[in-house]
Amino acid sequence: MHRQSRRSWPKLAALGIGLVAIPAVAFGVASSRRRADIRSDNAPGFTARRSFGSFDVVGRSVTIRKPRDELFRFWRDFSNLPEFMENLDKVVPDDTESGRNTWFIRAPAGKTFAVETRVVREIDNELIAWRSTPESEIETEGRVTFEDAPGERGTRVGLIIAYKPVGGVAGKMLAKLLRRSPELQARHDLKRFKMLLETGEISTSARCRTDHGATQQASSHTDRNEEQA
Amino acid sequence: MRALTWQGTQDVQVDTVADPEIINPRDAIIKVTSTAICGSDLHLYDGVIPMVKPGDILGHEFMGEVVETGASSTLQKGQRVVVPFTISCGGCFHCKISQFSACENSNPVEKQDASEMLYGHPMGGIFGYSHLTGGYSGGQAEYVRVPFSDVGPLAVPDHLDDDQVLFLSDILPTGWMAAENAEIQPDDTVAVWGCGPVGLFAVQSALAMGAARVIAIDHYPHRLALARMLGAETVDFRHSNVREALLEMSGGIGVDAVIDAVGMEAHGFAIDNMIDVAKQKVGVGADRASALKQAILAVRPGGRVSIPGVYGGMTDKFPLGALMEKGLQIRTGQTHVQRYLHDLLAKIEEGAIDTTFLISHRLPLEEAAYGYKSFKEEQNNWIKVVLKPGMDASGAASRA
Repeated sequence: MHRQSRRSWPKLAALGIGLVAIPAVAFGVASSRRRADIRSDNAPGFTARRSFGSFDVVGRSVTIRKPRDELFRFWRDFSNLPEFMENLDKVVPDDTESGRNTWFIRAPAGKTFAVETRVVREIDNELIAWRSTPESEIETEGRVTFEDAPGERGTRVGLIIAYKPVGGVAGKMLAKLLRRSPELQARHDLKRFKMLLETGEISTSARCRTDHGATQQASSHTDRNEEQA
Repeated sequence: MRALTWQGTQDVQVDTVADPEIINPRDAIIKVTSTAICGSDLHLYDGVIPMVKPGDILGHEFMGEVVETGASSTLQKGQRVVVPFTISCGGCFHCKISQFSACENSNPVEKQDASEMLYGHPMGGIFGYSHLTGGYSGGQAEYVRVPFSDVGPLAVPDHLDDDQVLFLSDILPTGWMAAENAEIQPDDTVAVWGCGPVGLFAVQSALAMGAARVIAIDHYPHRLALARMLGAETVDFRHSNVREALLEMSGGIGVDAVIDAVGMEAHGFAIDNMIDVAKQKVGVGADRASALKQAILAVRPGGRVSIPGVYGGMTDKFPLGALMEKGLQIRTGQTHVQRYLHDLLAKIEEGAIDTTFLISHRLPLEEAAYGYKSFKEEQNNWIKVVLKPGMDASGAASRA
């Protein structure tokens, strides 16, 4: 199953609109496409000590002690994503086209902007990949994979997001927002997904409900600190 | 409510703060009836644990009455419970294999980054400790918000009073796990560094697990006397050369297992320890590990090293060669409290384990700052301080 999903990736790359080979490498493209000098080991592509050109690529894996189909179903309903993605205000599905969604992403200073995406590949209980539509101001793509973990460990969930900030106010804002610390954002979001699915709630150390909001603000404060560091 | 807050190094005070509330469905609110000051609270008091902030409520050993429950809590209002100091979700990989203190979900996401950077993996959540472990408000308060209340808290029977069961929250299972980690065999001689509460419970546990002999090491006469009362032989490191004494007492073989119940603020005259004291004072963050270093040299080849003592950072001049060349095994970690609770409660009910001998002082919560200062400065007589939020401040009769 693992092999199969890898083999399927060149097809997705072939669908590519503006996406060059660089993020494809980051996504761990199969051998026919790889270059010997950049794929020399079994580590996920996004852990490589190299840049992906104009694309920023972030990736992270977690193991969640829940069945693959349950996790897949939860993610497949994109309107669930804001429950654990911190900067995502809401995702609105397009009534006219299945798999097409508008993501409303929160930006600093109380602004929100929209990113249009289309599901470009889906393998039941295994993989969901989405990409921004040509009309979208932001060029981005993402992939989430679901694999059985060994024994009773549940499911290994991998999230990879590549994005290419382009011109325009929204593009610059997204760049600013994500570059604040994209690794941190992906890591936090995926950990929240794990918490929500494993425990039914997202942990907080707040003592009272008013502090709870403050804690969430403190989290974006931490992001800024990390950037400074 | 009233609560003991950390303000700075060796500066704690009882303040009026906002009451806790139910936030998540699995939460419960506990009204604290008894809470203790732990030796590791002194590490916070001394400012040697990173990421403690002014205003943080300390305390991770507490018990009390359930007064409020979230929609998914399995507790009942009015129930008397002891709360483990480690917060565990019960559903992640580590909880499922009974490594509860390594819970992957109890430390809030935004708090995990620091320990993930420092240790390679995030720590689980702990009450009243550092923001490395979540920054949860602690138990030295009138009320506590307890997350995952369906997993941690243990209901205790009414015929056992607080003093008999309070230490199930931390130090009793910690002493027990320390002895378990020493993998004691019937003819073993086990040496325990530190006769504080965890060390004394480790002595008690090692004997209960069938150790032939237990040798306890400290320099406070009263603490050494308590170890002897439990059945240990003792070595006073101010009077005797510990390594030589242990070698001779074990007939030249060396002790079979060693337990470091001292941790990062070890006392001692060794020159490296004095340098480490200086480094801690200037904030370099080197853990003073003289007890552990001594233990590694004292244990026999092939022996076991158990470390319940708390460390937070790095240490210098660690005897790595002795560790490898002697083929030692090391086991350590924050206690997986929930793994031991039921068995230890049963032993308390049977009368096989008594924990009340340890309590030297009972104070009202209002006098917590005095409790910290005395516990820090008069370690010979202040063995264990229990704070009672309900106790009348004027009637603190049992203060020694």
